[in-house]
Amino acid sequence: MAADARTLSGADKVVARRSAGVWRDAFGRLRKNRLAMVGLVIVIALFALAVIGPTLAPWQYQVQDQDAIIENGFRPVKPFSDIAVQSGHFLGTDELGRDLFSRLLDGAQISMSVAIVVQLVVLTIGVPMGAFAGWFGGRIDNLLMRITDITYAFPDLLLIILLSIAFRETVFGRAFSGLLLVFVAIGLTSWVTVARLVRGQLLSLKEMEFVEAARAIGVRDRSIVTKHLLPNSVGPVIVAITLGVPGAILAEATLAYIGIGVQAPRASWGSLINEGVRWIRSDTHLVLFPAIAIATALLAFTFLGDGLRDALDPKLKGKQ
Amino acid sequence: MSATSDQAPAVEPNVVELTADELIATEVRDREAKRAREERLLEVRGLSTHFFTPDGVVRAVDDVSFELGYGETLGLVGESGCGKTVTALSVTRLVPDPPGKIVSGQVLFEGTDLLKVSSDAMRRLRGKDIGFIFQDPVTSLNPTLTIGYQIAEPIRQHLGFSQRAARDRVVELLSKVGIPRPKDRLSDYPHQFSGGMRQRVMIAIALSCDPKLLLADEPTTALDVTIQAQILELIQRLSDEFKTAVLLITHDLGIAAGMCDRINVMYAGRIVEAGPVDMMFERPRMPYSWGLLDSLPRLDDVRGANLRTIEGLPPLLINVPDACRFNPRCDYARDICREKEPELTAREDDHLARCWATQPEGWIA
Repeated sequence: MAADARTLSGADKVVARRSAGVWRDAFGRLRKNRLAMVGLVIVIALFALAVIGPTLAPWQYQVQDQDAIIENGFRPVKPFSDIAVQSGHFLGTDELGRDLFSRLLDGAQISMSVAIVVQLVVLTIGVPMGAFAGWFGGRIDNLLMRITDITYAFPDLLLIILLSIAFRETVFGRAFSGLLLVFVAIGLTSWVTVARLVRGQLLSLKEMEFVEAARAIGVRDRSIVTKHLLPNSVGPVIVAITLGVPGAILAEATLAYIGIGVQAPRASWGSLINEGVRWIRSDTHLVLFPAIAIATALLAFTFLGDGLRDALDPKLKGKQ
Repeated sequence: MSATSDQAPAVEPNVVELTADELIATEVRDREAKRAREERLLEVRGLSTHFFTPDGVVRAVDDVSFELGYGETLGLVGESGCGKTVTALSVTRLVPDPPGKIVSGQVLFEGTDLLKVSSDAMRRLRGKDIGFIFQDPVTSLNPTLTIGYQIAEPIRQHLGFSQRAARDRVVELLSKVGIPRPKDRLSDYPHQFSGGMRQRVMIAIALSCDPKLLLADEPTTALDVTIQAQILELIQRLSDEFKTAVLLITHDLGIAAGMCDRINVMYAGRIVEAGPVDMMFERPRMPYSWGLLDSLPRLDDVRGANLRTIEGLPPLLINVPDACRFNPRCDYARDICREKEPELTAREDDHLARCWATQPEGWIA
């Protein structure tokens, strides 16, 4: 009797040990990749800052500390200088007395929303395009892929600038202080990679035997694509999306630098550089800190993306 | 019965008067015909499936006919590439198109020609009335979906169950196919199962809607021998329990002998011999079948002796000449074998063979 009880509890332990499989395996591999974990931590930190940043910031991003500026002779307050420490602007201020640290935090919010919104646009266009092309093949594939080629061949920046200017005065152009328009414009130029990726995935996946097996039990084509094929290409898509984020952040920064997108007094990291570049000889910190922020975010997403690619690569399963 | 038809013209033409005996005879005849029609679950007539490749038309399945009664197990035997799988795929219209195409024939399933019904109606039959077990359980299960989901899929699809309602049925099926602790394994993924277990899952999927016909395409080829026996026993037990007819495709004559009621031997896209299992093993009437039987290892083989084979390869199925397709590999071939293809003709009772040599006037008695 006692022996029975022991075996039973042993069996329970075996059950408890078993896990949900594929994703946990991938995460196990990701955890062993130190660089990717650093990237993951930074990415999580950036998202956290984007959410709780405004409450964390010592100043509001648009508030001018005129006392500090006057004391400093109407020049930007340098970081860690006496005035900076006295007035609480540890990373200094710009020439209008706005706290750089607070503005960077606000910029984090913008950059992280770029990361999310652009990739959402990319997903909603790229995945259906690729899925249709890959599943149907033939003429539909040809048509959709030519559209993709055209989008790919069109100069990105030019298209974004044109869109931004064309819609600037509309309701859409003013939404979220001009950001929504920029995000959508960036998304419209960057879905190509994901569309091609999903198409390629479907082209090879649809020849797999489990698709035939699904057909043999009478599953509708639509369900085969959405339930059987797309989940199988989630891995590569996640990687592409993660690696697409730096591009989007950079594109937003580029646009902000040439004065398109976020409207003052809000500032993204790109527009902070744009404003700071006038002071680059005397007050380098106005360019340096936003640049460091951008570089950190780009590197973090790239490391994470590379790590995910290795972790989700089925060929590497069980290795390392 | 022929007596009835002989007598009929003798009666005056416009007044049909039948005696009581004749009435009973007609009645019996009709009833028998009806029963024969009803008992035949699947009837394949003159099925030809061709593949249109850049090198030419491959006649993978060429004028194949067979029948399958309710609850019967029919073996489709032959070496690789002789059209067994394509035959099964054609029955469910799953031949990849392009390049494949069913060019002619009828597939009567309970009297309806499956080649004529709409693709939507066909889809509703698949998985519900016709179950399919694939050769390789490793690649036939979707690696990203749980076992529970994949077994529930046909139940939800065809019987309109919700995921929750299908759960009990899935658990029941899993325990029926012999998977221990079925409730705990519902949320597992295929890679957490062994090959034999996955094939059990495939069987559970195929049987989930109580199909009338089960197409088993080499269900045990990918498994090792001990698991093979278990899986075959399982298929047999479940087909008895559910009264399911089974079309068992295999190249293993041992399996066919143990499982099937009748056997069709296929060679190069054609059925070359067909008959009840006992007759096929006692008195095969086609040199190819002899070769197949002869190449089985035997208990009384001399130790260290080489295994016997059928020399050569099956012919390419492009531009097949009008000749016996087996003649280049046949030890008994004569001129006529190279000049004209023999018909599938009766030997004794319902034992058919496609061979000049074993015909009544042939040179092999």
